[in-house]
Amino acid sequence: MRLTVNGEAHELAATTLAELLAALDYEGDWLATAVNSDLVHKAKRAEFQLSDGDRIEILSPMQGG
Amino acid sequence: MFDLLGTNLSSRLLLGTAQYPSPAILADAVKAARTSVVTVSLRREMAGGRAGEQFWSLIRSLGVKILPNTAGCHSVKEAVTTAKMAREVFGTNWIKLEVIGNHDTLQPDVFGLIEAARILCEDGFAVFPYTTDDLVVAERLLGAGCKVLMPWCAPIGSALGPINIMALRSMRGHFPGVPLIVDAGLGRPSHAATVMELGFDAVLLNTAVAKAADPVCMARAFGKAVEAGREAFCSGMIEPRDVAVPSTPTIGRAVFS
Repeated sequence: MRLTVNGEAHELAATTLAELLAALDYEGDWLATAVNSDLVHKAKRAEFQLSDGDRIEILSPMQGG
Repeated sequence: MFDLLGTNLSSRLLLGTAQYPSPAILADAVKAARTSVVTVSLRREMAGGRAGEQFWSLIRSLGVKILPNTAGCHSVKEAVTTAKMAREVFGTNWIKLEVIGNHDTLQPDVFGLIEAARILCEDGFAVFPYTTDDLVVAERLLGAGCKVLMPWCAPIGSALGPINIMALRSMRGHFPGVPLIVDAGLGRPSHAATVMELGFDAVLLNTAVAKAADPVCMARAFGKAVEAGREAFCSGMIEPRDVAVPSTPTIGRAVFS
């Protein structure tokens, strides 16, 4: 499946958001995820089915002003 | 103590966490300023990276209230989604809402700001809108559900200080019961003291401390300035006069001629 993760193109076999995170070595309670500009709650990642062409954002805490 | 939306805060200085020379200096600056609220953001995490974890661990160790922001967002959709992601990560419904409208001045897109504020307030957020000093926009933000306003005093990072005192004074006068926090544009402790003397409830700043030659010392100086300005406002300052008036009594003075 062709997916865009944090702006980079990937070809992945993952079918759910949780599988994608594991495949790309993302883990931790401090991550927030969105698919096609909509939040996907932590508790929903395992059941969230990805589709070809989806855009995924994976964010974490950062310095800000 | 300072009651901000039902939260008791020990300080009226809110501090940003960006641009410090090191995490240790950031931590020392927060302590020196005696601030009780810090601003944080969300950014893309690297695959396999742990940068977010380290920063989040540092912030949690400071024992301060978190005010996440939507810095860098240029649309309502971006800001709303970022706010929701921040709520999940940081575990707070507080959000400093930024919807930037101009690349050069980083001034807010006030139309998008009001729309995003309404969406987020209806979703249970306590929205801290980074706005201009425009009274009509302020009215609309309050109508959208905001309980606090954060007008700029100058463009972000400019260090110009309060460039429109009349507008800030007017805002204070029009919204006597609304917490007002000056956000952005402060450069010196005297700027912070000035806006606090006008009756603003707090200030939020970042660059002036983080980019100072000695950020920790500057953080302490801003903390003192905010306290001094607040005490001055609460003490009832005298009005300026155009003529000299002797401060020493003239009655009983000696006459030698």
